[in-house]
Amino acid sequence: MTASPPVSAPQSALELAALELAALRSDRFRLEREADWQRLEAIVSRLEAGRFRRLSDDDVLDLPVLYRTVASSLSVARETSLDAATLAYLEGLVQRAWFQVYGPRQSLGSWFRRFLGGEWSRAVRAIWLDILIALGVMIAGAVIGWLLVAHDAEWYHTLVPGQFADTRVPGASHAALRDTLFGNQDQDALSVFAAYLFSNNAQVSILAFALGFAFGVPTLMLLVQNMGVLGAMLWLYHGQGLTVDFIGWLSVHGTTELFAILLAGGAGLHIGRSMAFPGERSVMRAAADAGQRAAQVMAGVVLMLVVAAMLEGFARQLVDSTSGRFAIGGFMLSFWCAYFFGFRHQPQGRWQA
Amino acid sequence: MSAASTTCRKEDDRLRRMVTPEGIALPLVLASRGARFGALFIDLLMVGVLMVVTTLGLIAVAGGTAALEGEAAGSDAGGHALQFLAILWIAAMFLFRNAWFLFFELGPRGATPGKRLAGIRIAARDGGRLSPEMVIARNLLRDIELFLPITFLLAARDGGDTEAAGLAALAWFLVFALFPLFNRDRLRAGDVIAGTWVVEAPRRKLGNVLTSAAPASGPDLRFEEAELAVYGEYELQMLERVLRENRREAMIAVYQTICGKIGRAPAEGGERLFLEAYYTQLRARLEAGMRLGRRKADKFD
Repeated sequence: MTASPPVSAPQSALELAALELAALRSDRFRLEREADWQRLEAIVSRLEAGRFRRLSDDDVLDLPVLYRTVASSLSVARETSLDAATLAYLEGLVQRAWFQVYGPRQSLGSWFRRFLGGEWSRAVRAIWLDILIALGVMIAGAVIGWLLVAHDAEWYHTLVPGQFADTRVPGASHAALRDTLFGNQDQDALSVFAAYLFSNNAQVSILAFALGFAFGVPTLMLLVQNMGVLGAMLWLYHGQGLTVDFIGWLSVHGTTELFAILLAGGAGLHIGRSMAFPGERSVMRAAADAGQRAAQVMAGVVLMLVVAAMLEGFARQLVDSTSGRFAIGGFMLSFWCAYFFGFRHQPQGRWQA
Repeated sequence: MSAASTTCRKEDDRLRRMVTPEGIALPLVLASRGARFGALFIDLLMVGVLMVVTTLGLIAVAGGTAALEGEAAGSDAGGHALQFLAILWIAAMFLFRNAWFLFFELGPRGATPGKRLAGIRIAARDGGRLSPEMVIARNLLRDIELFLPITFLLAARDGGDTEAAGLAALAWFLVFALFPLFNRDRLRAGDVIAGTWVVEAPRRKLGNVLTSAAPASGPDLRFEEAELAVYGEYELQMLERVLRENRREAMIAVYQTICGKIGRAPAEGGERLFLEAYYTQLRARLEAGMRLGRRKADKFD
């Protein structure tokens, strides 16, 4: 075996002297390449600190080359050197450089553009079966809620939480119920209410998603319970002949909000279903695939809930006629459907590995 | 046998291999549970402090606004300003709760400030890129792992049925909090969903070159083949560590041990020179054997 030829000449006289003094072949190997290692370390440190702009073009161009050089230094050193500190340093450096070279090459901004430009709708289409199941469960929940209160009005107080059961209780008059739907334009602090609604709803849908981890069962229960409230209230307004007005009042934000909750439930169910029936993949692999797909859907759900809260806080109070409300709600519903199922744009530049 | 596995044997069950596209096996050490708990604690502390500071700041501003408006509170200008502050507060609380982890883990370090202090980071389990979807997925689950049981406990304390609700919350919390204890890769529920894991991110400095040709010139510091043959790679690395730490008592102890082993009489002074010379020659011998495919793991080998 012969000593490998130096790849780069040592720069200074001091290094030259050190090289002559080094007793061991493996230490000479190290001294010859040290400059490259240090340079890679400097570049990686700057990348880690997020100072991309301070890097010169040369540094950026040299990063992959340096990474490969240092990686090959590591494999040579493993075979020839017993200097544990140097080996540990090289392993750490190659690992850090690896995270930068093969790390996320997209900023949050570019990810968001691609997300809106097709990734989101693609993720929604990918979980269509789970969304259908969630839709069925939601409808069933509403029907159950209706049937329960129709059978025994006492159920209403069990199903509907206190905050909705102010004047909206069984036995309320037509006028009292009508007042809850119309004529609230001059209400104060609506924007605060909207922000609160968003924060609250977003937390609920994150919960619906997260519960999918327990094989989806708690997600379904949450959907049934939430829609039971809706079914019960629908029954209440139906009793006073206000069904259409109530649906109009609800549809302004409900088409967006319920759609978002539907997607969140579908996303949670998707994870639960993938873990329960992983098919030919391992359970962990299936869970990871489903989780990443569902995460995209969930990022969109939060966005939809922002829109829903704005509609609920402003549009619903400002538009005081049922037909106007139907127009807004119908437009939002068709907009979301068109975006998710009609918009099949493929964003460019995914995984240029 | 790799260097990483010999330097600390306790790390063995946390050691994983990741093969880079260049075909180089890189050792990854999974983060210890203690480090992860510490990191989480630091992060929660930071988030908590930020929440309190933001709340106090907004209250101060709101107080100022209300005082300015005096009796006109609720009317146009003052009312709108207060509303705006309330919205700001709700938005800030939502972001602190949900976006803190997201923002930092999406950065180039792949770690929140707490994780950075603990020297750990997140990585994709399959050795691929860490994508924003993974980071989102692992952090959405934090809600049921951490925040939900806490809010549940607080709500139960305010309400009446503390006993049952508290127990239920505790059981729930334990299932997820203890999740990392019951799998080999120490994944929490969010990691399972996202396909990520948490690994150590060491930042090591390049140490000095310990060997040099000069000091080995003295006749006392030339060692016979038989004197070098007693030790293997494990002892070499122990010796390296002692030399790098450069603590006098440790060096004297090692010096005396080696002298006893190879049958030389220990003398006062010159321990470091002796150890450096012995280290250099032992390493030269072992590395020469290594090049010929002969390795000696330790003194029993």
